[in-house]
Amino acid sequence: MMTSDVIIIGAGIIGNACAYYLAKKGYKVTVLEKSDIIGNGGSSRNGGGVRQSGRDPRELPLAMYGIENLWPNLSEELGYDVEYHKKGNLRLGKTEAHLKTLKKLADSASACGLDVRMIDGDEVRQINPYLSKEVIGASWCPTDGHANPLKATLAYYMAARRLGATFITGEDVKCIKKIRGKARQVITQTDTYEGDYIVLAAGMASRAIAGTVGIDIPMVQKLIEALVTEAEPKMFEQMLGTAEADFYGHQTDHGSFVIGGSTGFELYKKDNGTPMNYSDTVPCICRGIIRYIPMLKDAKIVRAWAGWSDNMKDGVPVIDTVSEVPGLVLACGFTGHGFGIAPGVGTVVSQLIAGEEPVCDISGLKYDRFYAKDIKTA
Amino acid sequence: MSELSNRSKDIGEFVPMPDDDMIVCRCEEVTKGEIRKAVHEGLWTIAEIRRYLRCGMGLCQGQTCAKLVKGIVARELKCSPALLEPATSRAPMRPTEMHVFADETEETDL
Repeated sequence: MMTSDVIIIGAGIIGNACAYYLAKKGYKVTVLEKSDIIGNGGSSRNGGGVRQSGRDPRELPLAMYGIENLWPNLSEELGYDVEYHKKGNLRLGKTEAHLKTLKKLADSASACGLDVRMIDGDEVRQINPYLSKEVIGASWCPTDGHANPLKATLAYYMAARRLGATFITGEDVKCIKKIRGKARQVITQTDTYEGDYIVLAAGMASRAIAGTVGIDIPMVQKLIEALVTEAEPKMFEQMLGTAEADFYGHQTDHGSFVIGGSTGFELYKKDNGTPMNYSDTVPCICRGIIRYIPMLKDAKIVRAWAGWSDNMKDGVPVIDTVSEVPGLVLACGFTGHGFGIAPGVGTVVSQLIAGEEPVCDISGLKYDRFYAKDIKTA
Repeated sequence: MSELSNRSKDIGEFVPMPDDDMIVCRCEEVTKGEIRKAVHEGLWTIAEIRRYLRCGMGLCQGQTCAKLVKGIVARELKCSPALLEPATSRAPMRPTEMHVFADETEETDL
């Protein structure tokens, strides 16, 4: 049996960032990962967006704090280039209904103090001349951006490991066990790990594991699919998204375009034990891209992939301690947009464990915020 | 669980070698030294090496260098190459233009 101060379940970017900030505070950390590969879930399969615009006000403080304070120095801090670029996010609209959706999101973000505004088609094409005339407007957030999720996830891992955090891969967590009323042990298929705190950051697998101490987190899995092109000449630096959610993506430092999208069937995909691309998704994403950026029609796709996201009932994660299970900290249910807030999440989780006041407001991300529909809440 | 599960296991120090400048992945120009160094930074699977350094992510998708990379990583970890899972092969089989994918709903005479 191995004993640590903190056991983290899940070596995705959330678990790795928690491990890094905890190790930096001097905690002895052990990270358990079911896969043989570090960061093998959504952390390595997402579009790399580091954005504030389009976010629910409850998770916006985490995004804003990270972009203000953590992302700009992250490469220097971790010692590995995470390819962070703060060149803005255009969320594009092609119809009046799209613009209405975008304006609503922009207004709620502005109310939280974010610099995001609606611009017309001409101004959109001044920022990004490759966008087609079909785009009639967009929300524009100049402080948004993107980073390389593959590198950022592994950079947190390598930096945490350098600070002495222990990572065990191929460790399938079966349950959490309470000792004298407190979450204390993590039982895997081969071993038992003991710690003062247990951080659950295992994506969709978190639900079953939390269930072993009687906590249910209302989330379902959703298949996310993405593709990458061969390297193209440098075209633009913004992160792009759309009101229709038919595509999102950016051009990487390497020159390739990493682009995700959806068909509308994401919640109803089969789980064959491994996330698989559906034959209709890449064509659907391509049709989306070509209508927004016609010049990319001859760009060659070299790879496509899929991954499961952990989608919470109300679209934002749970980041909280659990009063029924002292010692347990939940950080899961990121609903497909956890990458950009991961540095902030790692920071606040390390503060929750250290008994410090979180550096930004996470009061909207509590685990006990879910009520049956006939219960009136204040 | 395998002998590579505990990422804190001691694999010894990184020792520079005279052929570290040799390019192993030609598509993405990744050298032997970069691969060896990455192993010592904690990247112990082919998938992690590929995601971090891009070797095997270029136009040939690792058809040329996959075995070489595996051999280098195994030697650095002092383990059998058989222990290392190859990186996942991904569709499409050959680089394919977006407009070709986008036309899948059209009937053609091909």
